[in-house]
Amino acid sequence: MRAKAKNEMRLVIPSNSANESFARSAVAAFMAQLDPTIEEMTDIKTAISEAVTNCIVHAYRDTIGNIWIEAKIYDDGRICVSVRDKGCGIPDVSRAMEPLFTTGGGERAGLGFAVMESFTDKLRVRSAVGKGTTVTMEKRVAQRYRHDG
Amino acid sequence: MSVVFERKGDTLVALLSGEIDHHTAAEFRDSIDREAEMLHPSVLVLDFGGIGFMDSSGIGLIMGRYRNAAAYGGVIRVINPSPMIERMMKLAGMTRLDVI
Repeated sequence: MRAKAKNEMRLVIPSNSANESFARSAVAAFMAQLDPTIEEMTDIKTAISEAVTNCIVHAYRDTIGNIWIEAKIYDDGRICVSVRDKGCGIPDVSRAMEPLFTTGGGERAGLGFAVMESFTDKLRVRSAVGKGTTVTMEKRVAQRYRHDG
Repeated sequence: MSVVFERKGDTLVALLSGEIDHHTAAEFRDSIDREAEMLHPSVLVLDFGGIGFMDSSGIGLIMGRYRNAAAYGGVIRVINPSPMIERMMKLAGMTRLDVI
């Protein structure tokens, strides 16, 4: 049976690069309910920043479109975040996920998916060309006290 | 974000403050490149001590400055990275470039 989220949030933002900071800070503030360490929170902030940047740089390369962010937290300390766009889509997801692969130009490191993968426990990417991409990430926050019922 | 420059002989130190993401990286890049192109320092030191957050855009920023410096015969050094930034640099394989 699928676990029921104990809380959830949704956020829709236009793909302005100024919103990168807002997006990661909003998810971090929501995640604070799990009492994460600074490092756990930074991991999620970094992964969100990468996912949102991909929407801005790749999905909506020459345009502005909406980015949908949904986060859910669970009693067992997990946070699941999805970042969805209705942009150009990724023709070859496996190739896009290879470290150092980028179509973003000389100042992009091509590490977005590698960082998301490394800084979370689970990463899933679903994409359809011309329709958009959904990145779903999950991370379990260490439960440091469970005696309060 | 802000960048404060210090010249020490042929070394240019850029003290970076704030958060580095795709949005702010362009401002950091323009500020550093403007100064470095004027001075062509032998060593460009990027001091990350004031950086509270960095995603992989920071790696692109370092790589771009590394390439620019190499083009005129200079080198770069990265100092005071937080453990988080160091982890990102390791993930990018930058430890092999001998810049930390």
